[in-house]
Amino acid sequence: MPNPTRIEINCETGVESIIELTDAEVAELAYQAELAAEKKAEEDAHAEAAATAKAALLEKLGITADEAKLLLA
Amino acid sequence: MANTFELIASTTVGSGGASDITFSSIPSTYTDLLVDISVRTSQANTSRTLYLRVNGSSTSWTQRSVYGTGSAAGSDSTTGYGSTFLYCGECNGSTSTAGTFTNTQVYATNYAGSTNKSFSVDSAQENNATGAFLTMMAGLWSNTSAITSILIAPDAGSFVQYSTAYLYGVKNA
Repeated sequence: MPNPTRIEINCETGVESIIELTDAEVAELAYQAELAAEKKAEEDAHAEAAATAKAALLEKLGITADEAKLLLA
Repeated sequence: MANTFELIASTTVGSGGASDITFSSIPSTYTDLLVDISVRTSQANTSRTLYLRVNGSSTSWTQRSVYGTGSAAGSDSTTGYGSTFLYCGECNGSTSTAGTFTNTQVYATNYAGSTNKSFSVDSAQENNATGAFLTMMAGLWSNTSAITSILIAPDAGSFVQYSTAYLYGVKNA
């Protein structure tokens, strides 16, 4: 299977080249994708924890989210 | 005030995708440059960072942004973005609304001169959902070299088919 490609356009000649990435460049791309996936997992976990904490607090206070918004308005 | 825009080069990404797009051998015959970008990345996120480098440089970038996420507004700077590239806003990822792309314009003033290079960026992410980024950015590349190449890339994944980039030269700006 060929490696992914990048595009280079020479503005002097107008020639567009589609260049296959080297194995090292492919490895770097994979690494960056892995980092991005890890970051997304962290962000998702953080958002879920925040939503859980918010729901627990609303339950403790005995009010709805809309009622909380009214209090803060 | 700019009164002449000339298309220098453009490209549309094919079915195989592209990890980045580079405009090389940019002529020095204009006053300013404008890059008009419409892109989406294959990375499985709602959005990913879109960035730009000139002359292959990953140093001496400073920047300041204001942005909206769809539900909140904020600002950031080199502290958050780092100094290895010009941040160009958030680019649609594969989990954003199907068929939507991010539209970004990058303007570079006096690109062929011998002073440090200033940039402005405005970017709007299409997404039929609550979260969609709008970004305005001012950036500086502290380097006096003339700009001869521009690279545009997402920080993860590849640009998908039908992503486009247009490079315009601006005269009498």
